[in-house]
Amino acid sequence: MLCEFRWSDDLAINWFKYSAPTTFYGLAGKLIPWFAFSAAILFSIGLYIGFFVAPMDAQQGEFYRIIFIHVPASILSMFLYMIMAGYAALGLIFNTRLSAMMASAIAPTGALFAVISLWTGALWGKPMWGAWWLWDARMTSELILLFLYLGFIALHASIDDPRRADRAAALLAIVGSVNVPIIYFSVQWWNTLHQGSTIKFSGTTMHVAMQQALFIMLVACWFYAFAVALTRVRSIILERERNTTWITELPEVKQ
Amino acid sequence: MISLDIWMRENPLTYVWFGSYAVALLIFATEIAMVRHRRKSTLQQIRLMRDAEADSKDGNTA
Amino acid sequence: MLDLLLLVIRRDLVLAMRRRADVLTTLIFFVMVVSLFPLGVGPEMAMLRKMAAGVLWVAALLSSMLSLGRLFSADYLDGTLEQMMLAPQSLSMLVLGKMTAHWMVSGLPLVLLAPVLGLQFDMSVQALGVLIVGLLLGTPVLSMIGAIGAALTLGLRGGGVLLSLLVLPLYIPMLIFGTGAVEAVASGLSIASHLSLMGALLVLALVFTPWVTAHALRISME
Repeated sequence: MLCEFRWSDDLAINWFKYSAPTTFYGLAGKLIPWFAFSAAILFSIGLYIGFFVAPMDAQQGEFYRIIFIHVPASILSMFLYMIMAGYAALGLIFNTRLSAMMASAIAPTGALFAVISLWTGALWGKPMWGAWWLWDARMTSELILLFLYLGFIALHASIDDPRRADRAAALLAIVGSVNVPIIYFSVQWWNTLHQGSTIKFSGTTMHVAMQQALFIMLVACWFYAFAVALTRVRSIILERERNTTWITELPEVKQ
Repeated sequence: MISLDIWMRENPLTYVWFGSYAVALLIFATEIAMVRHRRKSTLQQIRLMRDAEADSKDGNTA
Repeated sequence: MLDLLLLVIRRDLVLAMRRRADVLTTLIFFVMVVSLFPLGVGPEMAMLRKMAAGVLWVAALLSSMLSLGRLFSADYLDGTLEQMMLAPQSLSMLVLGKMTAHWMVSGLPLVLLAPVLGLQFDMSVQALGVLIVGLLLGTPVLSMIGAIGAALTLGLRGGGVLLSLLVLPLYIPMLIFGTGAVEAVASGLSIASHLSLMGALLVLALVFTPWVTAHALRISME
């Protein structure tokens, strides 16, 4: 949000404008319906392809179809943490309020995706290896990631002063993000020492329909995450800025 | 009541649907509900505050 | 710089000695937690021998963490912390001093006590040796990462449990490498990589945590 593009005077986009809660509120409000509807449509398409077009797997039968929700959830939980930490860093460095609000808005969504990833992972593990939980590297890292999310949310909730809460949680998020690769690497190592199982598909490449379904579901989850996070941040903006005049001028408040 | 393992192998798609997708959709629905509720209650609070301020400005001190 | 460091360490040690009970309760907690595991899982020696490293490391982790709440709270309550932050000297140095003192009081005794408890689990001499070295590398890192958590949760209600929640996930790599090293030596494998990784984490912690903790203190205190 630091640059100004000027292809022509008409197209000039001043990114600073959208780093103010007032203008971002409006922008988010316009974007949310698009993301929400796109997500719903993509979910439907993705699930259709995943269940009715993609064939059965030679080794795993029908059970592999869990991946169409498990893999996107895992990917999202990890990337959302990085994005959250990125916003946290922006908020600490540039002291922008909106960055901190975005970090707080993303956290619950990321945590819930981690929960979905863990749950669906367990359900996949049961038919595959007979146990609900295997301490394999990815699931264990995912669990630790959930702990990191919960720590962020808990710390933010425990501090009454919003500025201190934002900045303390931001620091924690940054420390956590530095640790994520270390944790992942150490858990990988721990798991290979203890002979964990890795998830493989028959053959090295996935069937085209499987890949398509996976990709569509991934995009669907991303759009869902955007829609929910933006809605949440709008509530946060309302809460923080409740004493300003521009809030009282809003149509939804005037009713 | 047949054991879960046997039921699972005989009804893989049902297992996948109810076990994973239904739960995921439930979590999504819960999150959406939570987010919308938060927005509603925040807007309500702001309206209350604004009405309280308007009342006190009109000189209607309780 | 060094004078400041030694001054802070000496001060914190003196203060800790005045409240010897706190130091001892940490040690007693360590011993009790370690004893709980055989009581919980049964006295079968083969299983206990396998669990030993993990149990001792986890117990050391938890015990070290108990005393973290006290790292800054006493100084915070009587206003000393504010003075430290206003002082012209480097806050990171002061923090490093406090971390060192905390380790000497809460970490080092555990390292000395651990081999004694390890004998209860029928650990071999080599295993005990690797355990000690590992804890020597690991407990300072626990104090340092824990200090970040202590600084962030300064003065909060429910601070102690929250502190644990924040800090435990960050401890996991040290735990994995420390216990992995003991297992490796038991299987006759090389421990060089484990120890060098732990050493690397120690150096990383030494370089970054004082500065991060100072930053966290400023956030908590303004």
